[in-house]
Amino acid sequence: MKTFRIGGVHPAENKLSAASAIEVLGLPKQAVFPLSQHIGAPAVPCVAKGDVVKVGTKIADAGGFVSAAIFSSVSGKVAKIDSVIDASGYRKPAIFIDVDGDEWEEGIDRSETLVKECSLKPEEIVEKIKNAGVVGMGGACFPTHVKLCPPPGSKAECVIINAVECEPYLTADHRLMLEKPEEILVGVSLLMKAAKVDKGYIGIENNKPDAIKLMQEKAVAYPGIEIVPLKVKYPQGGEKQLIDAVISRQVPAPPAIPISVGAVVQNVGTAYAVYEAVMKNKPLFERIVTVTGKSVVKPSNFLTRMGTPMSQLIDAAGGLPEDTGKVIGGGPMMGKALMNIEVPICKGSSGVLIMNDKEARRGEVRPCIRCAKCVSACPMGLEPFLLSTLSAHSEWERAEKDDIVSCIECGSCQFTCPSNRPLLDMIRLGKSTVMGIIRARSAK
Amino acid sequence: MDLILVAVISLGAIGLIAAVILYVASKKFAVYEDPRIAQVAEVLPQANCGGCGYPGCSGFAEACVKAGSLEGKLCPAGGQAAMEKIAAILGLQAEASEPKVAVVRCNGSCENRPRIVKYDGAQSCKVAHATCGGETACAFGCLGCGDCVKACQFDAIHMNPETGLPEVDEEKCTACGACVKACPRVIIEIRPKGKNNRRVYVSCVNKDKGPVAMKACKVSCIACGKCVKECSFEAIKVENNLAYIDPNKCRLCRKCEAVCPKNAIVAVNFPPRKPKVETPATEAPKAETPKAEA
Repeated sequence: MKTFRIGGVHPAENKLSAASAIEVLGLPKQAVFPLSQHIGAPAVPCVAKGDVVKVGTKIADAGGFVSAAIFSSVSGKVAKIDSVIDASGYRKPAIFIDVDGDEWEEGIDRSETLVKECSLKPEEIVEKIKNAGVVGMGGACFPTHVKLCPPPGSKAECVIINAVECEPYLTADHRLMLEKPEEILVGVSLLMKAAKVDKGYIGIENNKPDAIKLMQEKAVAYPGIEIVPLKVKYPQGGEKQLIDAVISRQVPAPPAIPISVGAVVQNVGTAYAVYEAVMKNKPLFERIVTVTGKSVVKPSNFLTRMGTPMSQLIDAAGGLPEDTGKVIGGGPMMGKALMNIEVPICKGSSGVLIMNDKEARRGEVRPCIRCAKCVSACPMGLEPFLLSTLSAHSEWERAEKDDIVSCIECGSCQFTCPSNRPLLDMIRLGKSTVMGIIRARSAK
Repeated sequence: MDLILVAVISLGAIGLIAAVILYVASKKFAVYEDPRIAQVAEVLPQANCGGCGYPGCSGFAEACVKAGSLEGKLCPAGGQAAMEKIAAILGLQAEASEPKVAVVRCNGSCENRPRIVKYDGAQSCKVAHATCGGETACAFGCLGCGDCVKACQFDAIHMNPETGLPEVDEEKCTACGACVKACPRVIIEIRPKGKNNRRVYVSCVNKDKGPVAMKACKVSCIACGKCVKECSFEAIKVENNLAYIDPNKCRLCRKCEAVCPKNAIVAVNFPPRKPKVETPATEAPKAETPKAEA
């Protein structure tokens, strides 16, 4: 069975919510939409205080080419445009909407019927995706239409769908595949058409045999789509790792991007969002969020409207357990500990993980014993112990030479370190500094 | 015997030729270095702190000698005394400079600013700043990991374990600015030392709106503007929900300190206020209030 070549770790899977069917979560009292919930320029509000909006009304325009529009997930009145503490822990501008009823925009097809036929041209599909504010649903939130417009000189050869869900605990993609397989496959065909390729792969780790089986059965009817079962290894969901695992091609160091080797990688959640956007005229305003944790009463997967506070999801899953140590937005490996559980669900919120006190605590930091476990674990072939030291000593030139910008911040090094060293913390600092230096240099 | 003789002669010849080449090269490629550069470097503190803006002490010495004037040049670590010595060596006039000191503009001690979460990542302010908003509800204040302490080459800044905030040792601080660069939140500012070491400044950098700032910290600036109205010298400005006192305009009257409803304005090294009567600050000379900075 296939997997990527270098590095990787095997964290405990803990897929506690894998058997819980997707439930529809109730509407929040007030929905909050941060304006920067994607990579790129923040969106620009196109509503004002007091405006009445419906479900699916555009409330903010894309702020540039690499940006995405934001749509209301509720109907009601715009209460204010103010700031809210988002997952970063800082206040960011956001639109607040007081919920009143549940009235949808006309034109959105709310029926469950599967629509397979699509007569749109590739450019029209991209335009529809763009106009629906679709971004990568895996967590990085890169605007989808940008990935489908390859830079001049490069050509896509295949679409790879990331259905790996290599993060422990999370099951949102797994449940989506079990419950909406046909919709996903139509979405993949649309993505293939938009990228002008006739080959599509769906990479699924073999800890989801039911999903592999179901998708394989359904995929027979969709020419060009192949289901690729993959050996379980973290971080297989990393774009470069997935390309390596599925088509055995290696993406060179930045500035090369996946398209340089002919691959367009999209998340399985994105494929579903593309299906809804193109076939059902439904912009991106809801997503599946896993709420899980060892002490959580009812680990669940909720179909959640964006802007719902995380506290509402936690309550629906049985409330915040007493021994809570950390609440994490996302999975345990790449997620972010939250300062506040009122943080709204955004386009990239794949899960809410509640870690108990014991699990959450970091161990005592001890000196590096030069065991090189981090070197073996690094899926990018870097030397994390060295990069973190260079970063701590502000040796930016050497850090750049040692390819710190190639780091995908998967956290395998920190996970594997027997001395509990904060390797990724320091590397992240170094990476952002070095990227700033490179940007400043190229701006000159 | 022959062998030894050959060896001695040939080695001697090689030595001689090398000596001639070296001599010629040293004359031909000689670089004249102004001897004053070494002299100037000698009077500098050799801490290589970079506070002057040049790469280390030798860089500063070279710049002083080559510039032909000491205008705008100051070694913050050596201070006025070092500049006078340099002036004497070079036969130039040293610019009169005002002594400066680093000031920590955050008073969010554990008591004033309750901790709402616990940060257990890498003990570095830069990392903490990039990862989260800090342990308190104030996203602007001191993170308390001590990057400034590590940056100081003069042992002039230390964490107070009680307040969790850094404190500057005025005697040791040379105002080189290393801590200012180290602080990811630009809390530390280099301000003039002031007359008799007295300073009045806003000890807060919170730019949140009043109600938000008020909830986060007991001593945050809420930009109410009372100090601006009170100031007779137009020394105070409120920008981005934060008051700032211009040290060049401030006359140390302390009226703003008295009206600040949140005690965000701090006056250091003043004598204790006399009850009722508002004393102008300049009258009582030997004042050493225990009120610590920051």
